[in-house]
Amino acid sequence: MNTHALKLLKPAFALLVAVLVTAPAVCSAQDKPIRIGLVTFLSGPASGPFGVPAKLAAEAIVDSLNAGKVPAPYATKGFGGTPLELVVIDEAGGATKQVAELRNLVERQDVDFVIGYIGSGDCLAVAPVAEELKKITILFDCGTPRVFEDASYKYVFRTRPHATMDAVAGAMYLLENRPAVKSLGGINQNYAWGQDSWADFTAVMAALKPELTITTSQMPKFGAGQYGPEISALLQSNSDVIHSSLWGGDLEAFMLQATPRNLFTRSQLILVAGEPYLHRLPGNIPDGTIIGARGPSGVYAQKSALNDWLRHIYKERAENYPNYPAYSVAQAFLGLKTAYEKAKSQGTPGTDEIIKAFEYETFDSPSGKVMMKLGKGHQAVTGTAYGTTRTVNGQIAVGNIKYYPVERVQPPEGIKSVDWIKAGMKPGKW
Amino acid sequence: MAQLLAVLIDGLIYSSWLFIIAVGLTLIYGVMKILNIAHGSLYALGAYSAASLAGYWINHGYPPMGSYAVMLVAAILVGLIAGPVIERGLLRFMYGKDEIVLVLVTYAVFLILEDFVKLAWGVDPYFIAQPYGLLGSFDVGDLTYPNYNLVLFGAAVLIGAVLAWVLTKTRQGKMLLAVIHDREMSGAMGINVGRVYFITFTVGAMLGALGGTLTAPMISVQPGIGAETIVLAFAVVVIGGLGSLPGAALAAILVGIVRSAAVHYRPELDLFSIYLVMAVVLIMRPKGLFSAQEARKI
Repeated sequence: MNTHALKLLKPAFALLVAVLVTAPAVCSAQDKPIRIGLVTFLSGPASGPFGVPAKLAAEAIVDSLNAGKVPAPYATKGFGGTPLELVVIDEAGGATKQVAELRNLVERQDVDFVIGYIGSGDCLAVAPVAEELKKITILFDCGTPRVFEDASYKYVFRTRPHATMDAVAGAMYLLENRPAVKSLGGINQNYAWGQDSWADFTAVMAALKPELTITTSQMPKFGAGQYGPEISALLQSNSDVIHSSLWGGDLEAFMLQATPRNLFTRSQLILVAGEPYLHRLPGNIPDGTIIGARGPSGVYAQKSALNDWLRHIYKERAENYPNYPAYSVAQAFLGLKTAYEKAKSQGTPGTDEIIKAFEYETFDSPSGKVMMKLGKGHQAVTGTAYGTTRTVNGQIAVGNIKYYPVERVQPPEGIKSVDWIKAGMKPGKW
Repeated sequence: MAQLLAVLIDGLIYSSWLFIIAVGLTLIYGVMKILNIAHGSLYALGAYSAASLAGYWINHGYPPMGSYAVMLVAAILVGLIAGPVIERGLLRFMYGKDEIVLVLVTYAVFLILEDFVKLAWGVDPYFIAQPYGLLGSFDVGDLTYPNYNLVLFGAAVLIGAVLAWVLTKTRQGKMLLAVIHDREMSGAMGINVGRVYFITFTVGAMLGALGGTLTAPMISVQPGIGAETIVLAFAVVVIGGLGSLPGAALAAILVGIVRSAAVHYRPELDLFSIYLVMAVVLIMRPKGLFSAQEARKI
């Protein structure tokens, strides 16, 4: 063998060895999908309007991501070329059950990430457990501000804004459209979400209109089902406005029982989380109801390539266009994909690297730009929108839509929501 | 004064609903000594059947007033199918076993039926709101109530009266009381205890389903409604004294009025009110308001 051939053989052999050593790992990495535990309501009062739309959206998003059909900047297949696989868990059953289910997901199902939780009580319960398990967990829909205002987490993120902006923007919208309002009553569920929503809304109204009278605060239990006495109390309160953060079957039952009793011919109704019911309750959401979608999502999402994409893939699976829980789940997947691929571009995407990439990240979503700027970079902020219902051809439409930028509706980092509200809601720098 | 009147009316309407959902449970415990946890599922089956059948009826342009008859038929059908299937297919093999075993068996039935509901109807809610507003409304002061509430009140009174009449004035009722008092002796005297149990469970199942059908127009019918209801029904039955019909009626009235008063005067106590009633009653009468005397057997 001549020296020239030897010179060629050495690098060729080295290349062959390198290929043989790395090929199984590459093949293995390509073949093994990233397992994502998806926790959402599949039964119970929140399944129809919230949990099932979120599940349908997650399945459509995963299929679309795996096919590499998501618009820029998300065109890479799966997460950084690795396909995704969903492990779906029912969120029904209460916080204790969810803690056990989270352990199962992590320790038995061996998921790589968890995306989930609609109920605020569930979020508060699972966050410390996710931290203990050291598993990146993305809270995709729950609203209580307490998750990151009362604690600090390394492994837990929330890719949708917390509920303070719903109260702030809702009160601003109300006063812009009905400045003469004098009295306020409320009906909210007696747990974290309902209590926080009411506390924030009354605090904002007290700051913006101190002479306002609070007439009654009804706090039925979650899943009460019967609201006769509450409706009578609200009727007798003669409130100009009734605020409600009811959702799920509770909101549906309340509306079915309150409408024939003419509650809303006397009082203006504001439904903080009413958007998912627009196509479900025609005839039972009166014209003139102020409706929130907990962000510029659902009917409030503005036209963009990403919004068109989500509406298209969702409509292919469901009869309707996506409501706001579907947008919430999209934000979680796209936020995690952004962080994962950023970490991967800088080397191996290990847990610590993904966390570092996720903190203070800004990414695009079907609802617009999402900024991870609260809770030490773990809590998202966005602007939001409100509108008013009107019936068109037997269907409920939303008009008089107004958008509120993030600096007007979100407290800046380092100050608790309620303190920010009481201090006059001074816009922060974002 | 207007508020006090509202408390009474709201309380009585809520009491009527409570009594209707609890009376089947009371009847079955009174006769068979079975704490039937599956009662919640029978309630759910009634609600789903009513929503489906009455929905079909209205959506196909039949006279809307006929929807009430359709709802009643739905309750009867559920009772006639589910009652015998559970009693003949399962419970009759368990008679004579410890009460706790029967509780576990009915809990298993409850879990199976909860999944059956999801399998048959899916997880999306069903609405059948028309019957709630169809009968018009009445005004009391400045408050408006749908007349459907009077249907609830009337149904509760009718069910209570018919059961009381059957138990005290008819031969079959007296046989039932004999079985309640002493199953073995009744059997020895020629009463067909198996048939009494079969009829009682079927009627109880029908009453559970009726609770669901009457509630369906006021709620969105969805998975989980049975679990919510069974807790309330148990509370009423325990406060009244297990198995006592007058006890269940009085307990429903107490809970309804107290809850209504809490909502009107101290809303923050709403969540606690039913447990407050239960705690006070059980402190004073540990076996409930109308606990039955138990004969000591040698």
